[in-house]
Formats: sequence, structure tokens, C-alpha cells
Amino acid sequence: MAVQFSEETHKQFEDVLTRYPTKQAAILPTLWLAQTEFGYLSPAVMEHVADLLDLSPAYVHGVATFYTMFYKEPMGKCHVQVCTNLSCTLRGAEKIVHCLEDRLGVKVGQTTGDKIFSLSEVECLGSCGTAPVIQINDDYHENQTPESTLGLIDELARQAESASTSGS
Amino acid sequence: MTAVPESAKPTSFLLDGRAVDALPGETILQAARRHGVDIPHLCYKDGLRPDGNCRACVVEVKGERPLAPSCCRIPQEGMEVATTSERARHSQKMVLELLLSDVVETTYTLGSELETWARALEIDTPRFAPRRQPEPDASHPAIAVNLDACIQCTRCQRACREEQVNDVIGYALRGSQAKIIFDVDDPMGSSSCVGCGECVQACPTGALMPAKEAGLIEPDKTVDSVCPYCGVGCLLTYHVKDNTILQVTGRDGPSNHGRLCVKGRYGFDYITHPHRLTRPLIRKSGIPKSTEITIDPADPSDVFREASWEEALDFAAGGLKKIRDEKGGQALAGFGSAKGSNEEAYLFQKLVRTGFGTNNVDHCTRLCHASSVVALLEGIGSGAVSNQVADVAEAECIIVIGSNASENHPVAATFMKNAAKAGKTLVVMDPRRTELARHASYYLQFKPDTDVALLNAMMHTIIEEGLVHQEFIEQRTAGFDLIKQNVAGFSPEEMEPVCGIAAETIREVARRYATASGSMIFWGMGVSQHIHGTDNARCLIALALMTGQIGRPGTGLHPLRGQNNVQGASDAGLIPMMFPEYQRVDNEEVRQRFEALWGVSLDPQAGLTVVEIMDAILDDRLHGMYIMGENPAMSDPNLHHARQALAKLDHLVVQDLFLTETAAFADVILPASALPEKTGTFTNTDRRVQLARKALDPPGQARQDLDIIQEMARRLGLDWQYHDTAAVYEEMRQAISALGGISWSRLESQDSVTYPCWTEDDPGRPVVFQKDFPTSDGIARFVPARLIHADELPDAEFPFVLITGRQLEHWHTGAMTRRASVLNAIEPQPVINVHPEDLTALDGAEGDLLTIASRRGEITAYARVDAGLQRNEIFIPFCYQEAAANLLTNEALDPYGKIPEFKYCAVRVSVNRTAEA
Repeated sequence: MAVQFSEETHKQFEDVLTRYPTKQAAILPTLWLAQTEFGYLSPAVMEHVADLLDLSPAYVHGVATFYTMFYKEPMGKCHVQVCTNLSCTLRGAEKIVHCLEDRLGVKVGQTTGDKIFSLSEVECLGSCGTAPVIQINDDYHENQTPESTLGLIDELARQAESASTSGS
Repeated sequence: MTAVPESAKPTSFLLDGRAVDALPGETILQAARRHGVDIPHLCYKDGLRPDGNCRACVVEVKGERPLAPSCCRIPQEGMEVATTSERARHSQKMVLELLLSDVVETTYTLGSELETWARALEIDTPRFAPRRQPEPDASHPAIAVNLDACIQCTRCQRACREEQVNDVIGYALRGSQAKIIFDVDDPMGSSSCVGCGECVQACPTGALMPAKEAGLIEPDKTVDSVCPYCGVGCLLTYHVKDNTILQVTGRDGPSNHGRLCVKGRYGFDYITHPHRLTRPLIRKSGIPKSTEITIDPADPSDVFREASWEEALDFAAGGLKKIRDEKGGQALAGFGSAKGSNEEAYLFQKLVRTGFGTNNVDHCTRLCHASSVVALLEGIGSGAVSNQVADVAEAECIIVIGSNASENHPVAATFMKNAAKAGKTLVVMDPRRTELARHASYYLQFKPDTDVALLNAMMHTIIEEGLVHQEFIEQRTAGFDLIKQNVAGFSPEEMEPVCGIAAETIREVARRYATASGSMIFWGMGVSQHIHGTDNARCLIALALMTGQIGRPGTGLHPLRGQNNVQGASDAGLIPMMFPEYQRVDNEEVRQRFEALWGVSLDPQAGLTVVEIMDAILDDRLHGMYIMGENPAMSDPNLHHARQALAKLDHLVVQDLFLTETAAFADVILPASALPEKTGTFTNTDRRVQLARKALDPPGQARQDLDIIQEMARRLGLDWQYHDTAAVYEEMRQAISALGGISWSRLESQDSVTYPCWTEDDPGRPVVFQKDFPTSDGIARFVPARLIHADELPDAEFPFVLITGRQLEHWHTGAMTRRASVLNAIEPQPVINVHPEDLTALDGAEGDLLTIASRRGEITAYARVDAGLQRNEIFIPFCYQEAAANLLTNEALDPYGKIPEFKYCAVRVSVNRTAEA
């Protein structure tokens, strides 16, 4: 078997199953577990999930591709998600997107060559009062300006570099 | 008078100002169509669940603000519906224009529903921007995928997921990017697609089409006929141009409701394969018959010379006549075929019985369900099925044992899967886990050879827990005490280590079977092809009898017939111990009746069976044979033995489409006709007599089988004058009382009628044995079975168990399907299925050449991993002549049915390091 849940994830999966009336109903949390474990949902991962839930691979693929927060490709270590919904755009989100594209050398939807940053535009993050907002992985960063965002990026790049040098 | 329930009453409503009615359950769209009003629609198709996604069918309902999709709206009493009001029309046209802008202008099919509706509603070039189009996908040999013509109506997905339950097609992404996918967006050809083509039949725009642009050619004619492959008996339509089949579509037959499988839909060009015999051939003098088959079917001129029909027929019949006159009729035998029509089977057995003067006539049912038929005749007096496949919709519990229905009876399997999806309990019992198991509530992977242990343990439970149907047992059966005593020693706990199934599981399944409101049992060759095949079937019969699960809709016993006309060929008397309709040849009264019908005296001795005939040849008791459409040089067990016998014959006449392995031993070969080239009746597994109509002329000098049999008969001194197929059928109807109400003209108008059917206005009996059984006293009999082991058990030298069988794409010995381009492209090479851990233990990998040897022979085939097998079990399809599985199989026979043990023999397996892959 090419792809398989780790023992720990499998235990969580078993626990998820107990919360739903049918296996099919557990598809979203199971995909979430899979993304957490493997970073993204490759065809092989989707087939494994289909196997676990007695569903067809086509069904799992259909569900997984419906949701933008399920990644179908490998993502960078830091996923930078810029809200470009109304409030954030009025407060300069587009400028933030442009300066991020310049700084990272990638377009929205792409990942840097060193696999550290992925850049996305996202819909409302529900924090209009502190617009513009960006979300990096699971953390919100509020009231952003191009300068503050670039500061965050520099800091994350530094951390990533020191992690890779200390790791080598 | 009983009141009609409210829900069953028609509804009156106003359709475009006209008062009309809707039948219960009918939608606005369906009711309107019945009243001559066609509402535009694309995502709706008869037979598929209405989805209401395209909105082309919206109508205005008075008093309602939004428009209603007429494909999924049931009219209410008094509702006023406008289908062409300005609002409705505007919306319908907008939908069509938007959809039209989604597709390219290229036409992929003559029958595009989108184009038809766009024309009907006068829609010009759409005003909207086109969308980004996916690339074409030509990866599948039979199906062209052009998603630039796709309107995402999901008819293909519903056909694949809900109708055929293959679950390959999905709907991915969303919004303007939404698209149809196969598995996880694989190319169709490398996905798990089984090629049934239901999606193609469902597609309204040509985005999914038969390959080679067959959908763009206008046919000269369409001919309604029957599928030439398995026993399910799907009705279909051939689309013909210039004497060639362009494509095949499923018809709404009672057994298939429009569905087909890959063989029926795409396996038809064997008819025009260059190997097709088009002139009679006579063996050149002095060419010996060797058991090594080396003849090239494309050019047999080293061994055979072409001959005129006159010469070939004189020679063919002359050789048989000489043996008959010199050595007696018992020195001759005939093999008819379950692939031919009822009329051919009937005339063939009549020729052997009246022309040869012997009952030595048999056919391949001997190799598939002979044991089942013996057990059924002995237990309930009839070898045919008690209930039809369609009855799964009425059943509550469905047991499928020893049957890989998804591959061998694919369309029947779809109805079983539909039933499972509808919440019925599907129990699959098989030593090899097959596709159907995925849909089952219970899958019991018992050890090969232990059917009786498992089934007796179920009966033990049913008796012990008081779940028997006492009244049924008392009133309609005899011998229950024998069973009761017999299964006393078969408790599930004792049988658990024998059959490998947990006692509690056996008990659960037994309870479910016994207590369900209706329980059906389907079985296949996994039950019958054992030396205890008859015992296996006896257990299934006993299960049904003790629980009263027979004689009602949704119950009963159904041995799934393998070939398109096994049932009919048996009914017609291609059986050595029985005349037509299972009348025993050794019964004086019966014999007199047939002597009167046929005007000759008949042999009172039962004839020899398939394997016994081979033995008789080697014993110098049998010298001449006439083989029509059978291939014993591939299908018999222990082929060396069978081939030696065939080589030893003084005179062998073979009538076939191709130079088969059997024809290689012939003295004369008569080129015959394929099913689409003939008219005749075929009886499917459900006892449905169905009419096939001639769609093509046979190629070259090939002739109708019925004509050839008659020419042979005349040369053997019989004065036969049948002017057409109908004349043969009508004579056969005199011999088979159950066909009494099924006249030829009735078949011509109705296509399919179920027997028994006694009068012209009798609709036929889908469910039999409702009041009594066709035994002498109307009562069924229990016959107990003890545990017997296979004839050849694995040992240190031959540690693996070999199971043989078929693949989805290849049928029987492969004579037809390996010459069908699509089928052969999908499964081109001989394979051996091995458990992954066994393969690792052998130090082999998928795709390696493996050598498989038994005490009787040795073959080489490519390894395929099959996690559905148990350890030390292998599976080999028997259709590959270059790796003929039957060189390995054991010819040991079931003592009652005389069926060989194809499903169990001992072999050893090793990786072949010498041969080049």
C-alpha cells in the first residue's frame, strides 16, 4: 500500500467514525485528517480515504475538489492567505497581494521554488473590523499594511532558513 | 368492489389549457409527453433518477412564483401548467443558449439532444463567451471522451453510479470549472472503468461516444435482437451499415432495461475478423492429427484445402454414415452448443437421435450446471430457475454463492447492486473476493471446497433456533428428518475451523436468510464445478425448502446460466439421457411419444456425456463426431486427454465460425453463422424465450447453421423440409409443452416471453412452484449431503489450489472475444491471479511470467496481483489458448452430474526466469 494513515491518525479516524451515522458522512473530517497527515490530497491519498470509507474514488475526488481549503497539490510550509473580500480590499488588500507577489516571486495560486511559501487569495475571513487580514497557516494577522506583511514574511523566511541549517 | 387507494388514482391537471391526467408517480414531463407535449429536457433520461439540474424543462405553474422543473415535479390535482408561456419559453431558451455556449461547435454524434432542442427552440449562435475546454481523451479502446461537448448534466454519472453501480464517473470541481471525471481524474482508459458504455448511451451531446466516430455515421437499418454472450439475455439493437455493425445500443428488455456490458456493447467485430471461415475446408490427405495445436487460424492451408459445399457436405455426412453403417450408431456422437439457437439445438439433437441412431448428444451445460440440474430435478422436479433476476427488487435477503456475477453476468449483477443500495441484505459467499463483495452486507470468504460445511452449518442453525417453516415442510416437502439428522453434526462452531467462517457470522446469515420476508439464492460455477457439485446444490435447495423461501416473488433458487442459450439448449434436448423438455429416454411411454412425433424408432439407452464421450473414443468405442459450435479442445478438463481423443477420431466434422482449437482436429470444417447473422430464439437464465433477428448476411460462403444441419440430415437419409426457422420452432413447440402459449408470431410481436406459458393469452410465469412442484407427487424432496473433499488436494509438491473461471472481457474459450478488437485490447494476454503475499514469497512481481504446473500439464502466464484471493489460491481464466488453464485441470467427475472439477486442483507455481517477457 503506497499511502496509509499513521497509527495515530488512524486512531483519530476511528474516533471520527463514532461521531457519524454512516461512513460516508465522515468524509470531510477524514479528508481533513488526511490533509493534516500528508500535507495535501494526492490521488493516492483520496483513494486511501475512499477505501477507508467504502466510497468510490470518484466520489471522494468530487467532494475534495469542491472545497478550496482541501489542497490538491503540495503546499509551501507557510500558506499565506490574503483576504480580498470587500472590507479588506477597501483597506488595501490588493496592494498587499501585489507586494507579496513581488517579494515571493510567485503569482497567486503558486508556491515558491524553495517550498516555503504558497500564496492565495481567499474570501472573507470574518474579521472585517480588523481589515486587511491575512491568514498564515492557522494564524490571523490583522490590520496589515504592505510593510507589516513583508516584515512577517522576512521573519518567517529567517525561521525557515535557520530551521533548515540547524536541521542539516 | 374494493376502493382504489388515493395514491394509485390518476391526477387531473391542466396542461397548456387542456385537461389531462397523470398516472401515479408520473412527473409533469412524463405526463405531458404521454399526451403529446414534448417539453425540452437534457438532464432527464428515462430510467435514470430525475436530477433537475439543467433547468431546460422548466414550466410555469399558475400561482407559483418560481418556475418548476417539470422532470421532477409531480402534478397536483387541478394544477395549471404552462409549458410554452412567454416566461417558461424565455427561461428554457436561456438555459439552452448558455449550455450551447459551453460546448464547441464540433458535432460528435448525429443524435445530439442539445442540438435537437436548440434547433427546435430556434437558438442561434450563443451570445456568451465560451469556456476553457478540456483536452480530448482517447485512452479507452471503445469510448471517445470529448468533454468539450459536455454540459455537466450528470446523466453519465447517474448511469455509472446509480444504474450500473460501477462508481467510476464523478463530478469534480465547481462553478465554471465543474467537470466529469473518471476515478481521481484519471484518463478513462487507465481508470477502473469496466467499459459497459452505459455512460455513452446516457450522454445527450456526444461528449462520450463510441470510438472511431461510429456515432456520426447514419445506419442503413437498425435491427432489434439479443446479445450473443452470457445467459442474462439482454435485448439490444444493432445499427448496421453496408452489412457491418456500426454500434450496439441496449433495448428496454425485461432482463436488462437498456443496460449492456462491455461484451454486449463493444464485442461484436469478431464477426468480421480475418480469421472468419468463409469456405468449407477439408483436411488434406496424409496430414496427421497432432495433440500439439500448431495450425495458424489465419492460414490453415498447410493442413486444410478449400472445398465446395457439395463436396464438403458429402464428405462430412458420408464419413459419419460409413461409421454408422459399419459400426452402429453408438460409435457416433454429437456436441451441440449453448451458443446456438433453440431451433439449432432442437434440430441437432434430433439429427443425432434420428440420423445417427444414438443418444450420444451433449453440450457444454455438462461442464457448467449439470450438477445443479441433477440436484434440482431430484429435489424439486425442474432444472430451471424458480424466480427471475428481476425479483431481487422484491427480495429482502439475497445470497450469491460461487458466482462472480459482476464479471460473468454483469447486467444481472447491476440489479443485485441496485437491490443492495436499496437496503436489501446482500450476502456474497465465495472463496475469492470479487467486485460484488464491496456491495454486500456480509461477505463470507470460505475455504475452497467447503461449501457443504458452510451450508449445513446454516441449516443446523435454522433448525436449532426453530427458524424452519414448519407448515411449508409438512405440506410441500418430504425427507426433512433426513436433513435434520444429517446436519445435527454440523454446528457452526464445529464447522468454523473447516470452512473458515466465524460461527457467529454463519448464525447471523442463517437467521437473516430464514427470517427475511423473501430470500433468494443465486449461484454459479463455484458451486457446481466440484465433484460434490450436486451435493452443494442439494444444500441450497434444502435451505430454501426448510425455510419456505421458494414459490413466492422475491424468493427461490436461481442457478445463473453462463451462456446465452444454456437453458434453451437443455430444454431442446441436447442432453444424452433426455429428450426435449427433460423427458427421460429410458421411459417407454415418453419414447413412444417422440417416436410418433419424429416418425422413427429411438435408442432406449441413455447416451454418453461430454467427458465420457472422450473416454469412449480412447477406448475404441466411438469413432466419429459432429461438433457444432463447441470447443472441447479448450473447454474440457485435462486437455491432453481430450485432445488425444479428438486426434484419435476417424471422422470429425466441425461446424464453427473460426478454426478453433477443436477444428484443428477436424476432417472437415463447415463455416457457420454468428448470432447477428441469424434469426432464432434463445432462452435466457430467467426462462425468457427471446427472439434474435438477422441483422447481417454471413460472409463469403458461410451458411446458416440450420441449413447446414438440414443438409447433413438429408445426406444421412432423413427427409427434412423446414422452410424457415419458424417451422423448426413450431415443431419444437409440440415437443415442449411449456412453450405451448408462445407462438412464433407472438415472439415476433413481443420479443420476449417467459415460460411456462400454456396459452396465447397467458403472460407466462415469472415465479413457479407457487402451489406445487413438478415432481410426480407435487412434493419437493430434501436430499442430505455429507462432507466430501476435492479429488486432488494440495500437497508438498503441488501446494496451490487452482480455481479457473472467466474474465469480464472474455467469454468461454475466447473464440469470439479474443477476436473482438476492443475486448482483446483491454485483456490481451494470459494472466494468473495470485495473492500479493504469495507472489512476494515466490520472489516475483506483478507482470512476471509464472509457470503453473499440475500433474497433468504446465502453462506460462503473466502474474496479476489479486488481494481477493486467499493465500495458496490462484485463479486462471480459461480463455487463453496459449496458456490453456484446462491443460492443468482435473477431469474427476461429480458422480451424479458428471461435471468435472474445474474449480479445484493442486498446482505448483514458480517464477519463470528463462522465458523472455
